[in-house]
Amino acid sequence: MAFEYPDDLKYLDSHEYVRLEGETATIGITAFAIDQLGDIVFLELPEVGDSVTKGESFGTVESVKAVEDLKSAVTGTVTECNNEMMDSPENLADEPYGKGWLIKVKVENKSDIDDAMSASEYSAQVEGE
Amino acid sequence: MSVANNKEIAKIARTPLFTVVQELKARFTSFGGWEMPVQFSGITKEHEAVRSSAGMFDISHMGKFTLQGKNLVSQLQCLVPSDLSRLVPNQAQYSVLLNPQGGIIDDIIFYYQGEDSTGLQKGFMIVNAATTAKDKAWLLEHLDTQQVEFQDLSTEKVLLAVQGPKATEILQKFVEEDLTPIKAFGHLDGTVLGKPAFLARTGYTGEDGFEIMLEPSLGVELWQILLEAGVLPCGLGARDTLRLEAAMALYGQDIDDTTTPLEAALGWLVHLDTKGDFIGREVLQQQKANGVQRKLVGLQMQGRNIARHGYSVLSENEKVGEITSGTLSPTLGYPIALAYLPTEIAKVGNQLEVEIRSKNYPATIVKRPFYRSKSRLSK
Repeated sequence: MAFEYPDDLKYLDSHEYVRLEGETATIGITAFAIDQLGDIVFLELPEVGDSVTKGESFGTVESVKAVEDLKSAVTGTVTECNNEMMDSPENLADEPYGKGWLIKVKVENKSDIDDAMSASEYSAQVEGE
Repeated sequence: MSVANNKEIAKIARTPLFTVVQELKARFTSFGGWEMPVQFSGITKEHEAVRSSAGMFDISHMGKFTLQGKNLVSQLQCLVPSDLSRLVPNQAQYSVLLNPQGGIIDDIIFYYQGEDSTGLQKGFMIVNAATTAKDKAWLLEHLDTQQVEFQDLSTEKVLLAVQGPKATEILQKFVEEDLTPIKAFGHLDGTVLGKPAFLARTGYTGEDGFEIMLEPSLGVELWQILLEAGVLPCGLGARDTLRLEAAMALYGQDIDDTTTPLEAALGWLVHLDTKGDFIGREVLQQQKANGVQRKLVGLQMQGRNIARHGYSVLSENEKVGEITSGTLSPTLGYPIALAYLPTEIAKVGNQLEVEIRSKNYPATIVKRPFYRSKSRLSK
């Protein structure tokens, strides 16, 4: 199955994406991950003001069949949470890179995302799965 | 996140329906040594189809044994706590094989087919996939094989479950015999698409429906024709949410070798008063007389957090038990779970907490089943 992986995003092998604009990182999960998880029924996200750490869990996504940790690509402070998605996580699949973002983080160090994958690298990885 | 990787599935068994299921772009998972579809169009959609219309499951991975012998019923009586002598021909009994400690070796359905003119009794036993080898060894060890002929048809037959309020009506179009007079747990040797098949009004979804055992090629034919008739293909994911709403136990999770049927809220299949000795009787008799120490109860979570297998259940900040199964109930819209709790706590209405990722969330003990179908037949 072919999914879209926008070129302006960076990707983690654990299937989260990050979009860096200025000091703000927008984090979400990829179309591939959403498809694999199946019906998403619950999102657990941090609160505004909480800090997140690169490589560590910032929340969970639950589908009917499983619960998975969400990993942060950056270290920083949460400035926004997507309440709309928390209320209706089943809509996450509609626009994973648009309306389906999860949290926005004010990053401390922009180079955090340097070691994340490009769209083509990520796409090559999931295609192999 | 770590999401499923289909390539990790090693060479394991596939059912005769694998190819037609694969054509439907099902997502597969490994279950009990078999590569089985976990979902087709989506667990919630499949779940809803079974609750409101009709869905079908390939359950050919389940163990299938035929048994025949002159004293078959009396021999099996020694291995289960249920009184099989009450069975009339073409009636089935859900029961459990017990070890001497009263623990459940497996949960099974025995389909009694009756006795012929020479006194030969015949029946089928359907068992769980992962426990097929264990059950077979146990049966061969404890049945007198001089008198009872045992045959393992597990890999030779297709088993299809067609479930939902419209399942019988749709299935009827392809079955020669009238299905309407068959009661829940009733069964017959019938004719599907002009060929012989075994049809039983049983299932694992809490809805009305049939389980059909047939030859592989006929099984594929029936699958395709039911698909065209509008029966939605369903995977193990929906099978799990459906059975959990109906509070049906999953072997290896809610029941196992260390849990007795009385602890597992299966007291209704234990008939101590009407039958003689059976393996495990002593323990069950003691538990019946003195009461059990723990009980399997239903829990309803207050929030949206899902209590899953292995999570701790707390009462006044002390761990009192563990979740055995849990999910978000698609029909009810809130998370439900099963857990073993000390008997003194296991009362409907009691407030507890479940620890989910280091935080505690409120839960209430509720009546089981969580969901009861309006269309399901009574026995």
